[in-house]
Amino acid sequence: MRVVVDYTKCTGLGICESLAPAFFEVNDEGDLVLLKEEVGDAERQELEEAVAGCPTEALRLVD
Amino acid sequence: MTDISRLVVVGASLAGLRAVEAARKAGFDGSVTLIGAEPHLPYDRPPLSKAFLDAEGDGTAPTFRERAQLEELGVELRLGAPATGLDTDGCVVTVDGTDEVPYDAVVIATGAHARTLPGAAALDGVHALRTVDDAREVRSALDAGARTVVIGAGFIGSEVASSAQKRGVDVTVLEALPTPLVRAAGPAMGAAIAALHERNGTTLRCGTGVRSLEGSGSVERVVLEDGSSIPADLVVVGIGVVPTVDWLQGSGLRLEDGIVCDERLWTGVPGVYAAGDVARWHNPTLQEVQRMENWTAAAEQGAAAARNAIAPAEARPYGTVPYFWSDWYDVRIQFVGSPNADEVVVVDGDPGTSGRWIALYRRGDRLVGALTVNGQSDVMKYRVQIMRGGSWDEALDFAARRRERSRGVSSPGSPVGSAV
Repeated sequence: MRVVVDYTKCTGLGICESLAPAFFEVNDEGDLVLLKEEVGDAERQELEEAVAGCPTEALRLVD
Repeated sequence: MTDISRLVVVGASLAGLRAVEAARKAGFDGSVTLIGAEPHLPYDRPPLSKAFLDAEGDGTAPTFRERAQLEELGVELRLGAPATGLDTDGCVVTVDGTDEVPYDAVVIATGAHARTLPGAAALDGVHALRTVDDAREVRSALDAGARTVVIGAGFIGSEVASSAQKRGVDVTVLEALPTPLVRAAGPAMGAAIAALHERNGTTLRCGTGVRSLEGSGSVERVVLEDGSSIPADLVVVGIGVVPTVDWLQGSGLRLEDGIVCDERLWTGVPGVYAAGDVARWHNPTLQEVQRMENWTAAAEQGAAAARNAIAPAEARPYGTVPYFWSDWYDVRIQFVGSPNADEVVVVDGDPGTSGRWIALYRRGDRLVGALTVNGQSDVMKYRVQIMRGGSWDEALDFAARRRERSRGVSSPGSPVGSAV
């Protein structure tokens, strides 16, 4: 499973960074950087929270 | 519990939508009914005072889901008429005064409605900005170049003013209090954020009460308490919201600035939970009783309340470090945590001169809040610290490292006073 960012929707609000900091970071320009894509089983819960928490619905988990 | 087969969700905005989706995601296979006062499918509110008002937009409602998607989820939609009563003994929600919708579990997410100015409803050109219908009216007035007066320098009013300014229409913001945004950000930072208006060419008049709105048919001027007046074709009233609980009078629910809930978003009445702007709950993360008016809380509480409602024996507490954002001009304002602090310290930038700064909020020896203005790269790092119960000293050390990283120099934080 991996996480995908739709950069046409993302505005860098950053909620994902607070919920899954190993995966997401907003850079100095205010843009979201995906630090890693592959989601392990142990990380799935926090990634699901990040997906649900995104105010622009820019995140997806895909198999 | 296996006897819950009918979930009713009252309120079809973000919290209500997330409630029905979470129930299905948790495997709930009973009936799900979503009741909404507005005729529209659930839509996203934050854009209404931002991109939706831009000249480039097309006025399309920012709908979350197609009708077919909700039907596929097995959600019965009852849109266009409000819930008007809750019978907690008979377990029935009344819609539009007559229709009875029985429930085994109910999530109340009726949100809040805009506070109004007395006498304002009688004039055309006077609007709140809460619903997509409000936003369409404001948008078309801006399209026509309306001279705009915004009453209330809170976040919604400020976003509208920013949109008007961006379009080049005349806009004035009036605020009755001496300092805006105190409840959201504390007095020092409220003043600092509000100063962004003047810096971007928008007139902001604080400590200025409105006596009346005048005009024949449509609004023509705003009369101030000192007797002077400002010509206006559009007046946007952004003086806060009131939780939508009128319909719950006599229901037995405890109503005190919203529906009082425990940390599981339970009202104390069997089967009845609340979520979103209408819920006043004990937030175990910050140990505060709070009522939120932001996107994140609505989304998370909607889901959490539904999961608890369909499986009350396994109900779990919902705690959060609150988060909201607001976009004005070219500035993104973000806040995490609580503004109820013993001290506020600016740790980066200078609110007086720069377009970017960061302020931290201390309560006791803990970090409880962080305000960033164009500090997108830092705000969530502080949210993580607050979630973990991080100390004030740790936060200051972290801030110093961030400063060094960005400029290679270190300067001490400057206190800006208490914000209690």
